[in-house]
Amino acid sequence: MSAVLDPVQASSYTASSTAVASLSHITKRYANGVLALDDLSLTLYRGQIVALLGPNGAGKSTAVRLMMGLSAPTSGAVRVFDADPRHTATRLRTGVMLQVGKAPEMLRVREHLNIFRGYYPNPLPYADIARAAGLDGIESRMFGQLSGGQKQRVLFALALAGDPDLVFLDEPTVGLDIEARRGMWAQIRSLAARGKTVLLTTHYLEEADALAHRIIVINKGRVICEGTPAEVKSLGAASTGASTSRTLKIIRCVTDLSTAALLAIPGVTTAEHAGDHVTINSTQPERTLRELLALDQNLHSLEVASPALEDAFLALTTNA
Amino acid sequence: MSTASLSLPATRSNSFARTLRIFLTEARYEFVRLLRTRGFSLSIIGFPVIFYLFFGLIMNRGEHIGSVSVAKYMLAGYAVFGMAGAALFGIGGGLASELSTGWLELKRASPMPPFAYLVAKCCSAAAFGLVIVSLLTLLGITIAHISITLPEYVRMMALTLVGTIPFACLGMAIALLVPFNATPGVINMIYLPMSFCGGLWIPIMMLPHVLQKFALLLPTYHLSQLVLASFGYASAGSAMSHWFGLLGFTLVMLGVAAIAYRRLEQNS
Repeated sequence: MSAVLDPVQASSYTASSTAVASLSHITKRYANGVLALDDLSLTLYRGQIVALLGPNGAGKSTAVRLMMGLSAPTSGAVRVFDADPRHTATRLRTGVMLQVGKAPEMLRVREHLNIFRGYYPNPLPYADIARAAGLDGIESRMFGQLSGGQKQRVLFALALAGDPDLVFLDEPTVGLDIEARRGMWAQIRSLAARGKTVLLTTHYLEEADALAHRIIVINKGRVICEGTPAEVKSLGAASTGASTSRTLKIIRCVTDLSTAALLAIPGVTTAEHAGDHVTINSTQPERTLRELLALDQNLHSLEVASPALEDAFLALTTNA
Repeated sequence: MSTASLSLPATRSNSFARTLRIFLTEARYEFVRLLRTRGFSLSIIGFPVIFYLFFGLIMNRGEHIGSVSVAKYMLAGYAVFGMAGAALFGIGGGLASELSTGWLELKRASPMPPFAYLVAKCCSAAAFGLVIVSLLTLLGITIAHISITLPEYVRMMALTLVGTIPFACLGMAIALLVPFNATPGVINMIYLPMSFCGGLWIPIMMLPHVLQKFALLLPTYHLSQLVLASFGYASAGSAMSHWFGLLGFTLVMLGVAAIAYRRLEQNS
Protein backbone atom coordinates (compact mmCIF):
# COMPACT_ATOMS: atom_id res chain seq x y z
CA MET A 1 0.00 0.00 0.00
CA SER A 2 2.78 2.42 0.57
CA ALA A 3 5.75 3.31 -1.54
CA VAL A 4 8.81 2.90 0.60
CA LEU A 5 11.33 5.67 0.29
CA ASP A 6 13.05 5.27 -3.02
CA PRO A 7 16.66 4.35 -2.17
CA VAL A 8 18.04 6.13 -5.25
CA GLN A 9 16.26 9.27 -4.27
CA ALA A 10 17.37 8.95 -0.67
CA SER A 11 21.02 8.65 -1.61
CA SER A 12 20.96 11.49 -4.12
CA TYR A 13 19.46 13.80 -1.58
CA THR A 14 22.19 15.95 -0.18
CA ALA A 15 21.27 18.34 2.56
CA SER A 16 21.94 21.90 1.60
CA SER A 17 21.83 24.78 3.99
CA THR A 18 21.43 27.58 1.48
CA ALA A 19 18.03 29.11 2.10
CA VAL A 20 16.38 30.08 -1.16
CA ALA A 21 13.03 31.30 0.08
CA SER A 22 11.45 31.76 3.45
CA LEU A 23 8.26 32.74 5.14
CA SER A 24 8.85 33.93 8.69
CA HIS A 25 6.07 34.36 11.22
CA ILE A 26 3.52 35.03 8.54
CA THR A 27 0.00 35.95 9.44
CA LYS A 28 -2.43 36.49 6.64
CA ARG A 29 -5.92 37.71 7.28
CA TYR A 30 -8.14 38.43 4.31
CA ALA A 31 -10.38 41.46 4.08
CA ASN A 32 -13.39 39.23 4.80
CA GLY A 33 -11.86 38.30 8.16
CA VAL A 34 -10.72 34.78 7.28
CA LEU A 35 -7.42 33.93 8.94
CA ALA A 36 -5.57 31.95 6.28
CA LEU A 37 -2.12 31.75 7.85
CA ASP A 38 -1.40 31.92 11.55
CA ASP A 39 2.23 32.60 12.48
CA LEU A 40 3.52 30.26 9.78
CA SER A 41 7.22 29.89 9.12
CA LEU A 42 8.91 27.74 6.54
CA THR A 43 12.15 27.74 4.58
CA LEU A 44 13.08 26.26 1.22
CA TYR A 45 16.66 25.13 0.69
CA ARG A 46 18.62 24.96 -2.50
CA GLY A 47 18.29 21.75 -4.50
CA GLN A 48 15.39 20.43 -2.47
CA ILE A 49 11.99 19.30 -3.58
CA VAL A 50 9.54 20.33 -0.91
CA ALA A 51 5.94 19.17 -0.90
CA LEU A 52 3.38 21.32 0.83
CA LEU A 53 0.52 19.14 2.02
CA GLY A 54 -2.69 19.99 3.74
CA PRO A 55 -6.44 19.55 3.43
CA ASN A 56 -8.46 21.99 1.36
CA GLY A 57 -8.49 25.41 2.96
CA ALA A 58 -5.39 24.69 5.04
CA GLY A 59 -3.57 27.72 3.65
CA LYS A 60 -1.35 25.98 1.08
CA SER A 61 -2.18 28.21 -1.81
CA THR A 62 -2.06 31.33 0.34
CA ALA A 63 1.47 30.40 1.39
CA VAL A 64 2.52 29.75 -2.20
CA ARG A 65 0.91 32.96 -3.46
CA LEU A 66 2.85 34.93 -0.86
CA MET A 67 6.10 33.45 -2.11
CA MET A 68 5.12 34.22 -5.69
CA GLY A 69 4.59 37.82 -4.65
CA LEU A 70 0.94 37.72 -5.67
CA SER A 71 -0.30 38.84 -2.30
CA ALA A 72 1.13 40.55 0.74
CA PRO A 73 1.13 39.20 4.30
CA THR A 74 -0.78 40.92 7.11
CA SER A 75 2.36 40.56 9.21
CA GLY A 76 5.66 38.71 8.89
CA ALA A 77 8.34 38.64 6.24
CA VAL A 78 8.53 36.94 2.84
CA ARG A 79 11.98 36.62 1.33
CA VAL A 80 12.86 34.99 -1.98
CA PHE A 81 16.53 35.01 -2.95
CA ASP A 82 16.92 37.40 -0.07
CA ALA A 83 14.72 39.96 -1.77
CA ASP A 84 11.11 40.97 -2.14
CA PRO A 85 9.27 38.37 -4.24
CA ARG A 86 7.47 41.17 -6.09
CA HIS A 87 10.66 42.56 -7.59
CA THR A 88 11.24 41.78 -11.23
CA ALA A 89 14.77 40.63 -10.41
CA THR A 90 13.27 37.98 -8.13
CA ARG A 91 10.64 36.98 -10.65
CA LEU A 92 13.33 36.47 -13.27
CA ARG A 93 14.68 33.65 -11.13
CA THR A 94 11.38 31.93 -10.40
CA GLY A 95 9.09 29.82 -12.53
CA VAL A 96 5.44 29.37 -11.75
CA MET A 97 2.89 26.74 -12.62
CA LEU A 98 -0.57 27.61 -11.36
CA GLN A 99 -3.91 25.91 -11.59
CA VAL A 100 -5.16 27.80 -14.60
CA GLY A 101 -8.66 27.11 -15.81
CA LYS A 102 -7.85 28.26 -19.31
CA ALA A 103 -4.92 29.87 -21.08
CA PRO A 104 -5.79 31.99 -24.10
CA GLU A 105 -7.20 29.29 -26.35
CA MET A 106 -6.50 30.77 -29.75
CA LEU A 107 -2.73 30.82 -29.41
CA ARG A 108 -0.56 27.90 -30.42
CA VAL A 109 1.51 25.99 -27.89
CA ARG A 110 4.68 27.25 -29.56
CA GLU A 111 3.49 30.85 -29.38
CA HIS A 112 2.63 30.59 -25.69
CA LEU A 113 6.04 29.17 -24.95
CA ASN A 114 7.89 31.81 -26.93
CA ILE A 115 5.95 34.63 -25.30
CA PHE A 116 7.08 33.39 -21.89
CA ARG A 117 10.64 32.76 -23.04
CA GLY A 118 10.72 36.40 -24.11
CA TYR A 119 10.22 37.56 -20.51
CA TYR A 120 13.65 36.28 -19.49
CA PRO A 121 17.09 37.48 -20.55
CA ASN A 122 18.47 33.93 -20.69
CA PRO A 123 15.63 31.55 -21.40
CA LEU A 124 16.07 27.81 -21.90
CA PRO A 125 16.35 26.85 -25.56
CA TYR A 126 12.93 26.19 -27.02
CA ALA A 127 13.73 22.60 -27.98
CA ASP A 128 14.91 21.74 -24.47
CA ILE A 129 11.69 22.95 -22.88
CA ALA A 130 9.52 21.20 -25.45
CA ARG A 131 11.39 17.95 -24.86
CA ALA A 132 11.34 18.26 -21.07
CA ALA A 133 7.61 18.96 -20.97
CA GLY A 134 6.77 16.38 -23.63
CA LEU A 135 5.26 18.78 -26.13
CA ASP A 136 6.37 16.93 -29.26
CA GLY A 137 3.58 16.74 -31.78
CA ILE A 138 1.33 19.32 -30.13
CA GLU A 139 3.47 22.41 -30.61
CA SER A 140 1.42 23.76 -33.52
CA ARG A 141 -1.94 23.13 -31.90
CA MET A 142 -4.07 25.85 -30.40
CA PHE A 143 -4.17 25.71 -26.62
CA GLY A 144 -7.95 25.34 -26.76
CA GLN A 145 -7.65 22.08 -28.74
CA LEU A 146 -5.51 20.30 -26.16
CA SER A 147 -6.63 17.61 -23.74
CA GLY A 148 -6.47 18.29 -20.01
CA GLY A 149 -3.17 16.49 -19.60
CA GLN A 150 -1.62 18.28 -22.57
CA LYS A 151 -2.68 21.65 -21.18
CA GLN A 152 -1.06 20.72 -17.90
CA ARG A 153 2.20 19.93 -19.71
CA VAL A 154 2.14 23.27 -21.53
CA LEU A 155 1.72 25.08 -18.21
CA PHE A 156 4.65 23.08 -16.85
CA ALA A 157 6.69 24.16 -19.87
CA LEU A 158 5.84 27.82 -19.15
CA ALA A 159 7.23 27.40 -15.62
CA LEU A 160 10.50 26.11 -17.08
CA ALA A 161 10.79 28.80 -19.77
CA GLY A 162 13.21 31.07 -17.95
CA ASP A 163 15.48 28.32 -16.60
CA PRO A 164 14.47 29.41 -13.08
CA ASP A 165 16.33 28.58 -9.88
CA LEU A 166 13.11 28.24 -7.92
CA VAL A 167 10.02 26.58 -9.34
CA PHE A 168 6.55 26.71 -7.82
CA LEU A 169 4.32 23.90 -8.97
CA ASP A 170 0.70 24.03 -7.89
CA GLU A 171 -0.73 20.54 -8.34
CA PRO A 172 1.38 19.85 -11.40
CA THR A 173 0.11 16.40 -12.31
CA VAL A 174 -3.64 16.91 -12.06
CA GLY A 175 -5.29 15.27 -15.04
CA LEU A 176 -2.19 13.44 -16.23
CA ASP A 177 -2.22 9.74 -17.02
CA ILE A 178 0.21 7.49 -15.18
CA GLU A 179 2.87 7.59 -17.86
CA ALA A 180 2.79 11.37 -18.21
CA ARG A 181 2.83 11.73 -14.45
CA ARG A 182 5.95 9.60 -14.14
CA GLY A 183 7.51 11.64 -16.92
CA MET A 184 6.85 14.87 -15.10
CA TRP A 185 8.21 13.39 -11.88
CA ALA A 186 11.43 12.56 -13.68
CA GLN A 187 11.63 16.15 -14.92
CA ILE A 188 11.04 17.54 -11.44
CA ARG A 189 13.74 15.27 -10.04
CA SER A 190 16.18 16.39 -12.70
CA LEU A 191 15.46 20.02 -11.80
CA ALA A 192 16.50 19.31 -8.23
CA ALA A 193 19.53 17.36 -9.43
CA ARG A 194 20.65 20.51 -11.26
CA GLY A 195 20.47 22.47 -8.00
CA LYS A 196 17.04 23.98 -8.59
CA THR A 197 14.59 24.29 -5.75
CA VAL A 198 11.05 23.03 -6.22
CA LEU A 199 8.03 23.76 -4.08
CA LEU A 200 5.06 21.66 -4.98
CA THR A 201 1.58 21.43 -3.64
CA THR A 202 -0.30 18.28 -4.37
CA HIS A 203 -3.32 16.27 -3.41
CA TYR A 204 -1.65 13.04 -4.45
CA LEU A 205 0.15 11.85 -1.37
CA GLU A 206 2.02 9.18 -3.31
CA GLU A 207 3.43 12.02 -5.38
CA ALA A 208 4.78 13.78 -2.31
CA ASP A 209 6.07 10.45 -1.06
CA ALA A 210 7.86 9.63 -4.30
CA LEU A 211 9.23 13.08 -5.07
CA ALA A 212 9.80 15.19 -2.03
CA HIS A 213 12.96 15.43 -0.01
CA ARG A 214 10.96 17.21 2.60
CA ILE A 215 7.26 17.36 3.33
CA ILE A 216 5.61 20.21 5.16
CA VAL A 217 2.12 19.45 6.42
CA ILE A 218 0.00 22.47 7.20
CA ASN A 219 -3.48 22.74 8.56
CA LYS A 220 -5.54 25.73 9.66
CA GLY A 221 -2.74 28.04 8.67
CA ARG A 222 -0.04 26.44 10.80
CA VAL A 223 2.78 24.02 10.14
CA ILE A 224 1.83 20.75 11.82
CA CYS A 225 4.91 18.80 10.97
CA GLU A 226 7.86 18.84 8.69
CA GLY A 227 10.44 16.25 7.69
CA THR A 228 11.38 13.57 5.19
CA PRO A 229 8.50 11.42 3.97
CA ALA A 230 9.64 8.67 6.33
CA GLU A 231 9.72 11.04 9.28
CA VAL A 232 6.28 12.42 8.50
CA LYS A 233 4.87 8.90 8.26
CA SER A 234 6.30 7.92 11.62
CA LEU A 235 5.06 11.13 13.20
CA GLY A 236 1.62 10.34 11.87
CA ALA A 237 1.87 6.84 13.25
CA ALA A 238 3.04 8.22 16.59
CA SER A 239 0.00 10.44 16.80
CA THR A 240 -2.28 7.41 16.35
CA GLY A 241 -0.86 5.88 19.50
CA ALA A 242 1.97 3.67 18.32
CA SER A 243 5.00 4.52 20.40
CA THR A 244 7.92 2.88 18.61
CA SER A 245 6.67 4.06 15.31
CA ARG A 246 9.58 2.95 13.16
CA THR A 247 8.46 -0.64 13.46
CA LEU A 248 4.75 0.00 13.11
CA LYS A 249 3.15 -2.32 10.55
CA ILE A 250 -0.36 -2.77 9.39
CA ILE A 251 -1.51 -6.37 9.26
CA ARG A 252 -4.61 -7.40 7.34
CA CYS A 253 -6.09 -10.87 7.31
CA VAL A 254 -9.26 -12.93 7.61
CA THR A 255 -9.49 -14.59 11.00
CA ASP A 256 -12.08 -15.98 13.41
CA LEU A 257 -10.45 -14.34 16.42
CA SER A 258 -12.47 -11.69 18.25
CA THR A 259 -11.34 -8.12 18.64
CA ALA A 260 -10.67 -8.66 22.31
CA ALA A 261 -8.50 -11.70 21.57
CA LEU A 262 -6.57 -9.73 18.97
CA LEU A 263 -5.92 -6.81 21.32
CA ALA A 264 -4.49 -9.26 23.85
CA ILE A 265 -1.73 -10.27 21.44
CA PRO A 266 1.61 -8.56 22.24
CA GLY A 267 2.36 -5.53 20.11
CA VAL A 268 -1.20 -4.95 18.89
CA THR A 269 -2.34 -1.37 19.37
CA THR A 270 -5.57 -1.43 17.43
CA ALA A 271 -7.74 -4.05 15.75
CA GLU A 272 -10.70 -3.25 13.55
CA HIS A 273 -13.09 -5.61 11.83
CA ALA A 274 -14.48 -4.67 8.45
CA GLY A 275 -16.55 -7.47 6.94
CA ASP A 276 -14.46 -10.63 7.03
CA HIS A 277 -11.23 -8.69 7.15
CA VAL A 278 -9.52 -7.38 10.21
CA THR A 279 -6.93 -4.58 10.24
CA ILE A 280 -4.37 -4.69 13.03
CA ASN A 281 -1.75 -2.08 13.90
CA SER A 282 1.24 -3.60 15.59
CA THR A 283 4.41 -2.12 16.99
CA GLN A 284 6.05 -5.59 17.21
CA PRO A 285 4.91 -7.08 13.94
CA GLU A 286 7.06 -10.24 14.02
CA ARG A 287 5.92 -11.21 17.49
CA THR A 288 2.31 -10.36 16.70
CA LEU A 289 2.39 -12.48 13.55
CA ARG A 290 3.90 -15.54 15.28
CA GLU A 291 1.21 -15.39 17.94
CA LEU A 292 -1.56 -14.68 15.47
CA LEU A 293 -0.68 -17.63 13.23
CA ALA A 294 -0.40 -19.92 16.25
CA LEU A 295 -3.81 -18.88 17.59
CA ASP A 296 -5.73 -19.24 14.34
CA GLN A 297 -4.75 -22.14 12.05
CA ASN A 298 -7.40 -21.08 9.51
CA LEU A 299 -6.12 -17.53 9.15
CA HIS A 300 -5.77 -16.54 5.47
CA SER A 301 -5.43 -13.59 3.04
CA LEU A 302 -2.57 -12.22 5.10
CA GLU A 303 -1.02 -8.86 4.16
CA VAL A 304 1.58 -6.85 5.98
CA ALA A 305 2.27 -3.23 5.05
CA SER A 306 4.00 -0.15 6.27
CA PRO A 307 1.82 2.78 7.16
CA ALA A 308 1.25 5.02 4.15
CA LEU A 309 1.74 8.73 4.02
CA GLU A 310 -1.98 8.88 3.55
CA ASP A 311 -2.58 7.42 7.00
CA ALA A 312 -0.04 9.74 8.56
CA PHE A 313 -1.62 12.68 6.78
CA LEU A 314 -5.10 11.82 7.98
CA ALA A 315 -3.87 11.24 11.51
CA LEU A 316 -1.97 14.51 11.57
CA THR A 317 -4.61 16.72 10.05
CA THR A 318 -7.60 15.31 11.91
CA ASN A 319 -5.86 15.44 15.29
CA ALA A 320 -4.82 19.01 14.81
CA MET B 1 36.38 50.24 -12.80
CA SER B 2 36.31 51.18 -16.43
CA THR B 3 34.60 47.93 -17.41
CA ALA B 4 31.94 48.50 -14.79
CA SER B 5 31.17 51.98 -16.01
CA LEU B 6 31.11 50.71 -19.57
CA SER B 7 28.93 47.68 -19.01
CA LEU B 8 26.27 49.42 -16.95
CA PRO B 9 24.74 51.46 -19.77
CA ALA B 10 25.07 48.44 -22.02
CA THR B 11 22.97 46.24 -19.72
CA ARG B 12 20.50 49.03 -19.26
CA SER B 13 19.96 49.45 -22.97
CA ASN B 14 19.75 45.66 -23.29
CA SER B 15 17.02 45.50 -20.73
CA PHE B 16 15.26 48.41 -22.41
CA ALA B 17 15.37 46.58 -25.72
CA ARG B 18 14.06 43.44 -24.05
CA THR B 19 11.24 45.34 -22.36
CA LEU B 20 10.29 46.92 -25.66
CA ARG B 21 10.32 43.50 -27.28
CA ILE B 22 8.04 42.14 -24.55
CA PHE B 23 5.56 44.97 -25.20
CA LEU B 24 5.62 44.33 -28.94
CA THR B 25 5.29 40.56 -28.58
CA GLU B 26 2.39 40.89 -26.14
CA ALA B 27 0.59 43.32 -28.42
CA ARG B 28 1.17 41.24 -31.55
CA TYR B 29 -0.11 38.01 -30.02
CA GLU B 30 -3.05 39.73 -28.37
CA PHE B 31 -4.08 41.00 -31.80
CA VAL B 32 -3.53 37.57 -33.39
CA ARG B 33 -5.53 35.93 -30.62
CA LEU B 34 -8.47 38.31 -31.07
CA LEU B 35 -8.36 37.90 -34.83
CA ARG B 36 -8.43 34.10 -34.51
CA THR B 37 -11.28 34.25 -32.03
CA ARG B 38 -13.95 34.35 -34.70
CA GLY B 39 -16.74 35.02 -32.25
CA PHE B 40 -15.01 38.27 -31.43
CA SER B 41 -13.52 39.41 -34.71
CA LEU B 42 -16.56 38.70 -36.90
CA SER B 43 -19.08 40.37 -34.63
CA ILE B 44 -16.90 43.28 -33.63
CA ILE B 45 -16.18 44.15 -37.27
CA GLY B 46 -19.50 42.89 -38.63
CA PHE B 47 -21.94 44.87 -36.51
CA PRO B 48 -20.76 48.40 -37.28
CA VAL B 49 -20.33 47.48 -40.95
CA ILE B 50 -23.84 46.06 -41.27
CA PHE B 51 -25.40 48.88 -39.24
CA TYR B 52 -23.66 51.54 -41.32
CA LEU B 53 -24.62 49.72 -44.51
CA PHE B 54 -28.32 49.65 -43.56
CA PHE B 55 -28.88 52.85 -41.64
CA GLY B 56 -26.14 55.06 -43.03
CA LEU B 57 -25.97 54.03 -46.66
CA ILE B 58 -28.99 52.11 -47.94
CA MET B 59 -31.68 54.09 -46.13
CA ASN B 60 -30.11 57.46 -46.85
CA ARG B 61 -28.69 56.88 -50.27
CA GLY B 62 -27.64 60.17 -51.83
CA GLU B 63 -29.52 62.16 -49.20
CA HIS B 64 -28.28 65.61 -48.33
CA ILE B 65 -29.49 67.93 -45.64
CA GLY B 66 -28.31 71.32 -46.80
CA SER B 67 -24.71 70.82 -47.79
CA VAL B 68 -24.30 67.87 -45.46
CA SER B 69 -24.09 64.38 -46.91
CA VAL B 70 -26.06 62.11 -44.57
CA ALA B 71 -23.80 59.14 -45.37
CA LYS B 72 -20.71 61.06 -44.34
CA TYR B 73 -22.42 62.49 -41.28
CA MET B 74 -23.41 58.97 -40.20
CA LEU B 75 -19.88 57.74 -40.82
CA ALA B 76 -18.72 59.74 -37.79
CA GLY B 77 -21.29 58.06 -35.57
CA TYR B 78 -20.71 54.52 -36.78
CA ALA B 79 -16.94 54.93 -36.64
CA VAL B 80 -17.21 55.79 -32.96
CA PHE B 81 -19.72 52.94 -32.51
CA GLY B 82 -17.21 50.52 -34.06
CA MET B 83 -14.13 51.60 -32.13
CA ALA B 84 -16.06 51.69 -28.85
CA GLY B 85 -17.22 48.11 -29.39
CA ALA B 86 -13.71 46.91 -30.18
CA ALA B 87 -12.32 48.55 -27.04
CA LEU B 88 -15.14 47.51 -24.70
CA PHE B 89 -15.32 43.89 -25.78
CA GLY B 90 -11.65 43.44 -26.58
CA ILE B 91 -10.45 44.69 -23.23
CA GLY B 92 -13.47 44.14 -20.99
CA GLY B 93 -14.22 40.67 -22.32
CA GLY B 94 -10.61 39.53 -22.48
CA LEU B 95 -9.65 40.85 -19.06
CA ALA B 96 -12.76 39.41 -17.40
CA SER B 97 -12.08 35.97 -18.82
CA GLU B 98 -8.37 35.96 -18.01
CA LEU B 99 -9.13 37.21 -14.53
CA SER B 100 -11.63 34.43 -13.86
CA THR B 101 -9.50 31.60 -15.24
CA GLY B 102 -6.38 32.54 -13.30
CA TRP B 103 -4.38 33.33 -16.43
CA LEU B 104 -3.81 36.88 -15.26
CA GLU B 105 -2.38 35.50 -11.98
CA LEU B 106 0.15 33.47 -13.92
CA LYS B 107 1.09 36.52 -15.97
CA ARG B 108 1.46 38.60 -12.81
CA ALA B 109 3.70 35.97 -11.24
CA SER B 110 5.91 36.04 -14.34
CA PRO B 111 8.52 38.75 -14.94
CA MET B 112 6.30 40.39 -17.58
CA PRO B 113 5.98 44.14 -16.88
CA PRO B 114 2.33 44.45 -15.74
CA PHE B 115 1.87 47.49 -17.95
CA ALA B 116 2.70 45.39 -21.03
CA TYR B 117 -0.48 43.41 -20.48
CA LEU B 118 -2.72 46.49 -20.54
CA VAL B 119 -0.85 48.23 -23.33
CA ALA B 120 -1.10 45.08 -25.45
CA LYS B 121 -4.85 44.89 -24.95
CA CYS B 122 -5.25 48.61 -25.66
CA CYS B 123 -3.15 48.48 -28.82
CA SER B 124 -5.00 45.47 -30.19
CA ALA B 125 -8.33 47.15 -29.58
CA ALA B 126 -7.03 50.28 -31.31
CA ALA B 127 -5.85 48.16 -34.24
CA PHE B 128 -9.33 46.68 -34.56
CA GLY B 129 -10.71 50.20 -34.35
CA LEU B 130 -8.50 51.28 -37.27
CA VAL B 131 -9.64 48.30 -39.35
CA ILE B 132 -13.32 48.97 -38.60
CA VAL B 133 -13.15 52.71 -39.31
CA SER B 134 -11.20 52.10 -42.53
CA LEU B 135 -13.77 49.56 -43.69
CA LEU B 136 -16.62 51.97 -42.95
CA THR B 137 -14.82 54.73 -44.84
CA LEU B 138 -14.28 52.41 -47.80
CA LEU B 139 -17.98 51.50 -47.82
CA GLY B 140 -18.96 55.15 -47.67
CA ILE B 141 -16.70 56.02 -50.58
CA THR B 142 -17.67 53.09 -52.81
CA ILE B 143 -21.41 52.96 -52.11
CA ALA B 144 -22.44 56.51 -51.25
CA HIS B 145 -19.58 58.25 -53.08
CA ILE B 146 -18.85 60.40 -50.08
CA SER B 147 -15.76 62.51 -50.41
CA ILE B 148 -13.15 62.11 -47.75
CA THR B 149 -9.89 63.97 -48.08
CA LEU B 150 -6.67 62.39 -46.95
CA PRO B 151 -6.25 64.82 -44.00
CA GLU B 152 -9.80 64.01 -42.91
CA TYR B 153 -9.03 60.31 -43.01
CA VAL B 154 -5.77 60.74 -41.10
CA ARG B 155 -7.50 62.85 -38.44
CA MET B 156 -10.18 60.18 -38.11
CA MET B 157 -7.48 57.50 -37.65
CA ALA B 158 -5.77 59.61 -35.00
CA LEU B 159 -9.06 60.12 -33.19
CA THR B 160 -9.62 56.36 -33.32
CA LEU B 161 -6.29 55.71 -31.64
CA VAL B 162 -6.89 58.26 -28.90
CA GLY B 163 -10.60 57.50 -28.64
CA THR B 164 -9.91 53.86 -27.81
CA ILE B 165 -8.48 54.86 -24.44
CA PRO B 166 -11.64 56.04 -22.62
CA PHE B 167 -13.56 52.97 -23.78
CA ALA B 168 -10.65 50.72 -22.83
CA CYS B 169 -10.76 52.17 -19.33
CA LEU B 170 -14.53 51.65 -19.15
CA GLY B 171 -14.07 48.03 -20.30
CA MET B 172 -11.39 47.50 -17.70
CA ALA B 173 -13.59 48.91 -14.93
CA ILE B 174 -16.49 46.66 -15.94
CA ALA B 175 -14.26 43.57 -16.08
CA LEU B 176 -12.94 44.27 -12.58
CA LEU B 177 -16.34 45.01 -11.08
CA VAL B 178 -18.69 42.51 -12.67
CA PRO B 179 -18.58 38.70 -12.35
CA PHE B 180 -17.13 37.07 -15.45
CA ASN B 181 -20.37 35.45 -16.65
CA ALA B 182 -22.22 38.74 -16.54
CA THR B 183 -19.56 40.77 -18.35
CA PRO B 184 -20.82 40.55 -21.97
CA GLY B 185 -24.36 41.35 -20.86
CA VAL B 186 -23.30 44.32 -18.76
CA ILE B 187 -21.07 45.64 -21.53
CA ASN B 188 -23.99 45.52 -23.98
CA MET B 189 -26.28 47.18 -21.44
CA ILE B 190 -23.88 50.10 -21.31
CA TYR B 191 -22.56 50.09 -24.86
CA LEU B 192 -25.85 50.20 -26.76
CA PRO B 193 -27.65 52.88 -24.69
CA MET B 194 -24.41 54.87 -24.61
CA SER B 195 -24.27 54.73 -28.40
CA PHE B 196 -27.86 55.88 -28.79
CA CYS B 197 -27.69 58.60 -26.15
CA GLY B 198 -24.35 59.84 -27.45
CA GLY B 199 -25.94 60.56 -30.80
CA LEU B 200 -24.14 57.88 -32.78
CA TRP B 201 -27.27 56.57 -34.51
CA ILE B 202 -29.49 59.63 -34.51
CA PRO B 203 -27.91 63.11 -34.62
CA ILE B 204 -27.66 64.54 -31.13
CA MET B 205 -29.79 67.59 -31.89
CA MET B 206 -32.72 65.34 -32.81
CA LEU B 207 -32.69 63.74 -29.37
CA PRO B 208 -34.88 65.06 -26.52
CA HIS B 209 -33.41 67.88 -24.51
CA VAL B 210 -32.85 65.75 -21.41
CA LEU B 211 -30.80 63.28 -23.38
CA GLN B 212 -28.75 66.07 -24.92
CA LYS B 213 -27.79 67.14 -21.39
CA PHE B 214 -27.11 63.55 -20.34
CA ALA B 215 -24.87 63.09 -23.39
CA LEU B 216 -22.33 65.46 -21.84
CA LEU B 217 -21.35 62.57 -19.55
CA LEU B 218 -20.76 60.16 -22.41
CA PRO B 219 -17.48 59.60 -24.27
CA THR B 220 -19.49 58.51 -27.31
CA TYR B 221 -20.93 62.01 -27.56
CA HIS B 222 -17.64 63.86 -27.15
CA LEU B 223 -15.73 61.63 -29.54
CA SER B 224 -18.38 61.71 -32.27
CA GLN B 225 -18.58 65.51 -32.03
CA LEU B 226 -14.81 65.66 -32.48
CA VAL B 227 -15.00 63.46 -35.59
CA LEU B 228 -17.85 65.57 -36.98
CA ALA B 229 -15.86 68.72 -36.35
CA SER B 230 -12.88 67.20 -38.17
CA PHE B 231 -15.22 66.69 -41.16
CA GLY B 232 -16.05 70.37 -40.98
CA TYR B 233 -19.62 69.75 -39.83
CA ALA B 234 -21.30 71.87 -37.22
CA SER B 235 -20.89 70.18 -33.88
CA ALA B 236 -22.25 70.92 -30.45
CA GLY B 237 -19.81 72.38 -27.94
CA SER B 238 -16.21 73.43 -28.40
CA ALA B 239 -13.38 71.04 -29.22
CA MET B 240 -11.78 71.88 -25.90
CA SER B 241 -14.91 70.90 -23.98
CA HIS B 242 -14.95 67.54 -25.79
CA TRP B 243 -11.33 66.81 -24.97
CA PHE B 244 -12.01 67.66 -21.34
CA GLY B 245 -15.08 65.45 -21.43
CA LEU B 246 -13.02 62.50 -22.71
CA LEU B 247 -10.24 63.14 -20.22
CA GLY B 248 -12.66 63.41 -17.31
CA PHE B 249 -14.44 60.22 -18.27
CA THR B 250 -11.10 58.40 -18.62
CA LEU B 251 -9.88 59.54 -15.21
CA VAL B 252 -13.13 58.55 -13.51
CA MET B 253 -12.97 55.09 -15.11
CA LEU B 254 -9.33 54.67 -14.14
CA GLY B 255 -10.24 55.57 -10.57
CA VAL B 256 -13.10 53.08 -10.52
CA ALA B 257 -10.82 50.40 -11.99
CA ALA B 258 -8.10 51.13 -9.44
CA ILE B 259 -10.54 50.84 -6.53
CA ALA B 260 -12.02 47.64 -7.95
CA TYR B 261 -8.55 46.18 -8.46
CA ARG B 262 -7.50 46.98 -4.91
CA ARG B 263 -10.65 45.35 -3.62
CA LEU B 264 -9.92 42.21 -5.65
CA GLU B 265 -6.34 42.14 -4.43
CA GLN B 266 -7.31 42.45 -0.79
CA ASN B 267 -9.53 39.44 -1.08
CA SER B 268 -6.95 37.29 -2.79
